Amino acid sequence: MNEKIFQMINAQAFPTPFCPGCGHGILMNAVLRAFAELEYDLKQTLFVSGIGCAAWIPSPHFKADTLHTLHGRAIAYATGAKLFNPKLKVIVISGDGDLSSIGGNHLIHAARRNMDLTVVCANNSIYGMTGGQVASTTPLGSLTTTTPKGNPDRPFDLCKLVEAAGATFVARHPVATPIPLTRTLKKAIAHRGFSFVEVLSPCPTQFGRRNAFRSPFAMIQALKNTCVSLERAKGLSPEELEGKVLVGEFVGPGKNN
Amino acid sequence: MQLKKVKSALPPGWYFMQGDEACAEGAIAAGCRFYAGYPITPASEIMIRMVHRLPEVGGTFMQMEDEIGSISSVIGAAWAGAKAMTATSGPGISLMTESIGYAVITETPCLIVDVQRAGPSTGQATRPAQGDMMMVKWGAHGDNEIVAFSPWSVQEMYDLTIKAFNFAEQFRVPAFLLADEAVGHLRETLVIKEEVEVFDRVKIPGQAPFGTEEINGVPPMPAFGEGANLLVTGSTHDPWGFRKTQDSATQARLTERLVRKVRDFKSEVIQTDPHLLEDAEVGVVAYGFTARAALQAVKTLRKEGIKAGMLRLVSIWPFADEAIADLGKRCRAIYVAEMNRGQIAGEMKKYTATPVISLPKTNGEVIEPAEIVEGVRRNLP
Repeated sequence: MNEKIFQMINAQAFPTPFCPGCGHGILMNAVLRAFAELEYDLKQTLFVSGIGCAAWIPSPHFKADTLHTLHGRAIAYATGAKLFNPKLKVIVISGDGDLSSIGGNHLIHAARRNMDLTVVCANNSIYGMTGGQVASTTPLGSLTTTTPKGNPDRPFDLCKLVEAAGATFVARHPVATPIPLTRTLKKAIAHRGFSFVEVLSPCPTQFGRRNAFRSPFAMIQALKNTCVSLERAKGLSPEELEGKVLVGEFVGPGKNN
Repeated sequence: MQLKKVKSALPPGWYFMQGDEACAEGAIAAGCRFYAGYPITPASEIMIRMVHRLPEVGGTFMQMEDEIGSISSVIGAAWAGAKAMTATSGPGISLMTESIGYAVITETPCLIVDVQRAGPSTGQATRPAQGDMMMVKWGAHGDNEIVAFSPWSVQEMYDLTIKAFNFAEQFRVPAFLLADEAVGHLRETLVIKEEVEVFDRVKIPGQAPFGTEEINGVPPMPAFGEGANLLVTGSTHDPWGFRKTQDSATQARLTERLVRKVRDFKSEVIQTDPHLLEDAEVGVVAYGFTARAALQAVKTLRKEGIKAGMLRLVSIWPFADEAIADLGKRCRAIYVAEMNRGQIAGEMKKYTATPVISLPKTNGEVIEPAEIVEGVRRNLP
C-alpha cells in the first residue's frame, strides 16, 4: 500500500509547505490512500484546487493532472473540465474560505446541479496563509487577527449548507480519526453525483495559538473530544450534545433523505 | 500560421442572419465545442444559438451561475481539450477579468465575445457603445498581451470569430471579439463558403507545456486525461508548471515570454481596411459599426472637395502602430470616430505626431455619417 502511495506523489515537490502540526498532511495521506485502495487510475483523475493552504494538498504534490485555480473558483473550473470530458474523475480539494466564502456561489450551485464532482473541504476555521483572519467557518467568539475581541458572527454548518443545496453525498470527519475519514473519502470518490466531505483540520499556527491551545497535540485531542459520531449521538441528550460537532455520513445512499 | 481547411458547418450559400447568431455560427465552424455563459443583454442571442447548435455537433453547453463561473468553466474545458468560448457584455467582462489574467498566465486559449453596451456599470443595456476597448487590454492586473478584433458587419461577426479562435489557439491566449450592440443585433446577408481555415491546438507529448527555449515561443498544450501529469497554476511557474513564487529569474522570463510570444509576431494579427486613402489629405479612423458611418462620411466629404479617406481597424489588439504612423505621414490630420470618450484616439497619439482629433459620442446611439462630416469640417487643419 505504501509503495502504491509513493508512486502517486511528485517526490520533487516535497517537503510540503505545511506548518508543523498542520492537519493537511493527514488529509493528503487519506486522499491518496483512498485512491490506492479504490485502485483508481490517476491518469484519468483531475485534482482541482483554489487558493490557500489546502489548495497545495494536490498541487504540486500529486502525480496526476492538477489545476491550481483562482481563489474561490475551483468548483467552476472543475465543472468545465468534467462537462467536456465526463470520463475524468474530478476531485476538488480546497479550504473553507476558498470554497464557502469567496467561492460559496459555485459550491451551492454545483450541489444544486448534482454535478458529478467530489469536493473535499479542508476546514481549519481560519484564513491560514494570509495571516489568521476570521473565516465564514470560525466559531463564535474565537480570536483571530480581524476579530481581536472575539468573532461576533456564527459560522456556517457546511454540511447542512450543501445538503440543503442538493448534494447527494455529505459527510464530515476530523483528521484526528484518519481511518473513518479514508473510508468516507472512498465512498465520496466512488459516488456518482455531487459528493462533499468536510474535513476538520487543525491550524496551530494561526488558530490554535490565539485560542488557548497549548500544542498541536492539544488541538487533535480537542477535535477528538468535540466530535461525536452520528451513531453515538443517538444515545446522548440535547444537553450532552451542547457544543459537540456531529461527524459521519449525513447524506448518501441508504440514508433517510 | 499553420491553417487547415475544413468544411463549413453550415451548408454553403447566402443567409439572412443576425450578428450575434453569425458569431455563434463562426464559433461552430472554427471548431468550438464548449460554451458557458450567463444571460446578459445584448449578447444573449449568442448563447441561445449555441444551446441549439452545440448538441448538433457533439459539443457541450452550460449556463453557469454567473460570469465568473462562465469563464472559469471555459478555462477548465479548454484544459480538458476543448476549443471553448463565452459571450457577454461590459458588466460580464468586469466580472471575468480575474480569470482572463489566469488564462494569460496559464496560456489557455479561449474566445471571449464582448457585445458592448453603454456604460459605465449597468448603463444602458440595450444601447450600443465601444467603451470596453481598453478594459479588455488592460483590465487584468500584471502585464499581458491578448488578441482582439472588431467586426463591422454580420459577415465579420462570422469571419472574425473564426480568426480570433485561430489566434487564441496559435498563441495560447484569451482572444476577444469586440462587437457592439448595433452590429450584434444587425440583420443582413451572411455568405457561407465551402470551407473555412482553422488552427488546431499543437500537441507534442513529452515537451514542456509552459515554456520554450525561445523567449517568444508558444509551448505545445496537452489536455487533462492524456497522462501528461499537468501542473496548471496561476502562480509563477517553470516550464513544467512547478511553482516558483520566490524566483526572480523565472518571473522575469515568464512575463517577458507571455508578452513577446504575441508582440514579436503582431504583424500576423494586425489587420486594417483602407478606403479612399491613396490621395487622402485627412484621415478618418474608425472600427466596428462606427466604420460604416465613417465610410459614408468620407464619401460625402469628397463630394464637397475635401480629400478624405478612412482607415478601418479590423484588429484592435495588438495595436496597428505602423499603419497609424503611416497614416500620420500621409495626412494633415486624423479624426477618430468612436462610441467612447476617445480611447483609441488616445492610443493613436503614441504613434503619430500628426494632430489626432477625437470625435466621441457616448449618448447610447450610433454615430451618424453627418456627425463625422461636421466634426471634420469644424476641425479642418
